[in-house]
Amino acid sequence: MNQTPSTETPTAFHDEPLRIRERIFSSRLWIGSGKFSSPKILAAALGRSGAHLVTVAVRRADPTARGGDPAFLGIDPEKVFLLPNTSGARNAAEALRLARLGRALVGHAWVKLEVTPDPATLMPDPVETLLATELLVKEGFTVLPYMHADPVLALRLQDAGAATVMPLAAPIGTNRGLRTRDLIEMILAQARVPVIVDAGIGLPSHAAEAMEIGASAVLVNTAIATAGSPPDMAEAFRLAVLAGRAAYLSGPGRVLEQAEASSPLTGFLWEK
Amino acid sequence: MKIIVNGSSREIGSGTTLLDLLRTFRDQNSLVVGELNGEVPSDENVALSEGDRVEIVTFVGGG
Repeated sequence: MNQTPSTETPTAFHDEPLRIRERIFSSRLWIGSGKFSSPKILAAALGRSGAHLVTVAVRRADPTARGGDPAFLGIDPEKVFLLPNTSGARNAAEALRLARLGRALVGHAWVKLEVTPDPATLMPDPVETLLATELLVKEGFTVLPYMHADPVLALRLQDAGAATVMPLAAPIGTNRGLRTRDLIEMILAQARVPVIVDAGIGLPSHAAEAMEIGASAVLVNTAIATAGSPPDMAEAFRLAVLAGRAAYLSGPGRVLEQAEASSPLTGFLWEK
Repeated sequence: MKIIVNGSSREIGSGTTLLDLLRTFRDQNSLVVGELNGEVPSDENVALSEGDRVEIVTFVGGG
């Protein structure tokens, strides 16, 4: 036994890229661009995350301040797909206005639909979200709705033509982790569209957990933006998403109630 | 004549278009689009009228 261990990485696991409608995403980590302390830090975090999709919000422009320029925000639109959201919308009508403005800004008709009437909880309004999904689909939008982890609503949104469903892990911005795991497992069991876990993921282990149970991707913002070093945390998330995905594709080992030795129970030195 | 731009009253000359207004923002914001009375017009070169409500928006960071 004198072999030098190989320093080469073993064969990488095989994964199909995530496909949503006509678009292909080679990374299953999506990044939200809010709360970063500077464009430079966002740019560094995006680079280390390997993400190809970045969400942005639509707000009133200030004629006296620079903004409105993805490069100024720290986003290279040549490298990432910009997904406008409807954050701030309190009902379907407001979401439609923001979606149309977002479409005019980015030049494509994909939208992350968010309808959150209650600023205290930021919980998505299921009735207005379903209504807005129906109306936006009719207008030709590709709709990615943010939703509570409600399996019935997920089916209703799929039936309404949503391109994905995006159930929450925990309330927006809380970093609390996959508190809705049991419900997301029910959604995954029935899903005919990709399930993207959004909101509340606070650590790479939470992202890995979501991927292990079969999520197609995760959307992370606050956990990276509020980390001590956002670029390092972005890379940690990149690795966690890969690890979780590989584990899902591998198929987790079984769970037992009682101990089962991993080493043989024969050939002990003290056997007679 | 008076119009409302991003929630504030503003005096503009007659014949001013949405595009004229957008240009005053485009000095600072490379990407802005406008909404006129709740709709995104297909042509920005549309003349504004007394009492019009205009929203001029851009990107910001967001999840």
